[in-house]
Amino acid sequence: MGLGKTKPLHLVMPVWNRGTRGIRGLSRAVALEGSQKKGRSLLQFLADRFYDVQALREYLLQKQVLKVHQKNRPFTYIKERFGPHAAGAYFILKQGGAVKFQGKEWIRSDAHGHFSLDFLKFQAVPVEAVNASGCAINYQGLDSLLALKELRSLWLQRCPHVDDWCLGRLHPLANSLQELSLAGCPRISERGLASLHHLQNLRRLDISDLHAVSNPGLTRILVEEMLPSCQVLGADWAQGLPSGPDEQSQDKASPIPA
Amino acid sequence: MLRRALQLGLGRGLLGRRLGTHRGGSTLGKVEGSGGYRGSWVAPVSSYVTFRTRDPAHDGKTVGRLGEGDQNGKMSEIKKKIQSVLPGGAWNPPYDTSYLPPEHSDVVIVGGGVIGLSVAYWLKRLEKPRGAIRVLVVERDHTYSQASTALSVGGIRQQFSVPENIQLSLFSVEFLRNINEYLAVVDDPPLDIQFNPSGYLLLASEKGAAVMESNVKVQRQEGAKVCLMSPEQLRNKFPWINTEGVALASYGMEYEGWFDPWCLLQGLRRKVQSMGVLFCHGEVTRFVSSSSHTETTSGEEVTLKRIHEVHVKIDRSLEYQPVECALVINAAGAWSGQIAELAGVGKGPPGTLQGTKLPVERRKRYVYLWHCPQGPGLETPFVVDASGAYFRREGLGNNYLGGCSPTEEEEPDPGNLEVDHDFFQDKVWPPLAQRVPAFETLKVRSAWAGYYDYNTFDQNGVVGPHPLVVNMYFATGFSGHGLQQAPAVGRAVAEMVLDGHFQTINLNPFHFSRFYLGEKVQEHNII
Repeated sequence: MGLGKTKPLHLVMPVWNRGTRGIRGLSRAVALEGSQKKGRSLLQFLADRFYDVQALREYLLQKQVLKVHQKNRPFTYIKERFGPHAAGAYFILKQGGAVKFQGKEWIRSDAHGHFSLDFLKFQAVPVEAVNASGCAINYQGLDSLLALKELRSLWLQRCPHVDDWCLGRLHPLANSLQELSLAGCPRISERGLASLHHLQNLRRLDISDLHAVSNPGLTRILVEEMLPSCQVLGADWAQGLPSGPDEQSQDKASPIPA
Repeated sequence: MLRRALQLGLGRGLLGRRLGTHRGGSTLGKVEGSGGYRGSWVAPVSSYVTFRTRDPAHDGKTVGRLGEGDQNGKMSEIKKKIQSVLPGGAWNPPYDTSYLPPEHSDVVIVGGGVIGLSVAYWLKRLEKPRGAIRVLVVERDHTYSQASTALSVGGIRQQFSVPENIQLSLFSVEFLRNINEYLAVVDDPPLDIQFNPSGYLLLASEKGAAVMESNVKVQRQEGAKVCLMSPEQLRNKFPWINTEGVALASYGMEYEGWFDPWCLLQGLRRKVQSMGVLFCHGEVTRFVSSSSHTETTSGEEVTLKRIHEVHVKIDRSLEYQPVECALVINAAGAWSGQIAELAGVGKGPPGTLQGTKLPVERRKRYVYLWHCPQGPGLETPFVVDASGAYFRREGLGNNYLGGCSPTEEEEPDPGNLEVDHDFFQDKVWPPLAQRVPAFETLKVRSAWAGYYDYNTFDQNGVVGPHPLVVNMYFATGFSGHGLQQAPAVGRAVAEMVLDGHFQTINLNPFHFSRFYLGEKVQEHNII
C-alpha cells in the first residue's frame, strides 16, 4: 500500500471527525480489533472521506485478485501441442511446485522459478504425483490438474486459495487418486471435506491443521466413517473435548504423601 | 464598509490562509473587538455582520452560547455557517428528517430481500457513468422476520426442467463462488457463505423416470454436471437409502448444495450501501399514476398507465413521503400481489389484459429440524424424494432439516407463520422414514415456517415490465427457488432497465403477458 507513508494531510478539520461513521464504520470497528496499525487506520480514514482514495483502494484490491487469476490461466497451446499431462506439469512448475512423471524423478523449479523443459519430450507419459504446496492455485487453475487422469498423489498443503469449491471439483480424479494432502489450507472447512466421498480409491488423506474446520476431532471421525478404506491423518478425536477428565486423572496419579 | 470588506476578502483569499490561529487586526468595525478570529480562518466577507451591534437585548438570540457575551455567540454562529457551506460538513436542518426517504429517486425498489438487493446491486454496477442512477430500496421490516430469504433452507441446484432456470442457477452459483470479488468492500472482512458442495439427489419412481431422463439431458446441454444413477449404483454410493420404488435418480456432482442465505443478504446490503443506494424503512401504500389512451395497430383502445409517485408510509407512524420516481421494481416477494394491485394491475374485466392479475400468492411452507444419531453421514446430499419430501444435513452433529410441500387441498392458511407439528407426523416423516430407514428413530428439535411467493399459474418467476403499467418491472413469483436465482435475475432486470432488452440470459419466456396469453412455462422440478 503506497499511501501509508504520506504526511498527515491538513485538509481535514478536526471537527469533521465526529461525523456519522455509517454502517460500514460500525462493522469495521468490530472486525478490526487485531489490526490497529497506524498506517491502516489512516487509509481507512481517507477512504471513508474521499471517493478518490476509495476508488484507488478498490483498484488495488482488484489488481491483487487479477494477479492470482493471471497465475491460474490455462496453457492451451501447450495442451494442444504436447498433451494434457505436459500442460499440467508446466502449469505446476510455473506456480513453483514439483511434478513426478511415471518412472522418472521429481522435477522442481529452482529458486528463480526456472525449470528445464525436457519433460515436454515425454510423449504420453502420465503424471503420477503433484506437489503443489504453497502454490497460488485456485478453482480455475484446477482445470489443468483435472486433466491428469492417472494422478496418484496430490499434495495441496498450505495453498491459500484452495477452498471448499475446489474440493467439490476433484471428483474426475476418483479413479486414480490414492493420496491427498490438504494440511494447513486456511480456507478448507468440513463442508468441503464432505465432497471427498467421491474419491473411493483414496488410501491416505491428510486433513491436519485446518483452521477453518470448526471441530477437527469430530470432523476426522466423520471423514473416517465416510471413507472406510482410507487412512485419515488429522486431529486427534479428543482435541475438541474440554480438558476436565485429564485433570482428574492427573490428581489420581499423583502420589498421596503418607 | 462594503469596499473594505471586499478588499479584505480578496486580499487574504479563502484558501490562502494557513491553519491555526490568525490574530489579524480586523478593521471591520467594533463588533469583533479585541478577540480577533480565534480558530476560524476565513474573514467574513459578507457585510451584514458589521451591522450587528453589541446590544444586550439581543443576547438571548444566539443559540448555544454560554452567556459569556455576544462575542462567542457570534463566533459559533459564524463557525456553524462556514461548516455548513464547506463540503463534508453536516447540514443541520431545523428538524431531523433522516428517517424519511428522499423526495426524488430514479428507481424505487419495493422489497429489500435478496431479489431487491440484487437488482439494486446490478443497477449500480452496470450503470454508465458511475453514480448516474439514484436507487431507493423500500423495505417494510428491517429485521427480515417474515422475509422468505431469511427463512429459506438455502439450497441451490441446477436440476430444473426449464433451460432458462438452469442458466439462471448456473450464473448465480458462479456469483456465489466469486462472492468476495463481486461484493468486496474495502476494509471489510470477506464473506463466508458456508457453501456445502454436497449436491442434490432427486429420486424418481417409475412414472417420473422418463421425464427425469429428458430433464437431465436438457441440464447437461446447458452445462450442469448431473449424472443419472440406477438403484444399484445408489445403493453402492449411499448405503443408507432404501431404493424400493425408486426407478432412477439424478445426482448433481458439482456446483449444487446449500449455503447461508443470511450472509448473502448482509453482504449484498453492505455492498449496495457502499455503492450509494438509499434505504428506507417504510411501506408502500399508494402509487400515484397517470393514464394515457392510445390505439393498438388493430384499432383497439388501450389505456397505458405511468407511475409518477410512490407514497412510502413510515413504520409505526402516520407520516408518509411521496417519492417521485421514474421506475418501480416490484420485488416484494410473497406480497407482490398486493403491490401489483395497488398499481392497478388486474383492474378490469376478467379475460382482458387489463383484468389479468399478477398470480403470485403467499403460500406457507414448514421446515423441521430433527436429530437422528444413526442418520446418514457427512456425504449426504440434499435428497428430494419422489413423493416431494426432502431433507438435508445441517452441521456436524447429525441434525437434519427437511419438509414437504403440501398438495393444493392441504395448503395451510398463510395468515401467520405458526407451525403445524401434525403435518410432520402425517406427511413428512412417513415418506422419509420409508426412504431412509435410520429416520425411524428421530427427535424433532425445532421448526419454523416461511412463505413461498408462489406463482399459481406455472410456478416460475415473472421478470420484466408490465405491458400496460409501463414503468413497473416485476422480479417475483419464483415459488421457492428465488434465492438460488437472485443474482442472475438481478442482472437481467438491470439489463432490461438500462438497455431495454436482456443481454446475457434471455428471460422473455418469463414475461407478464404469458398470463393473459395462457402460455405456461411449467417447471416440473419444484420442491
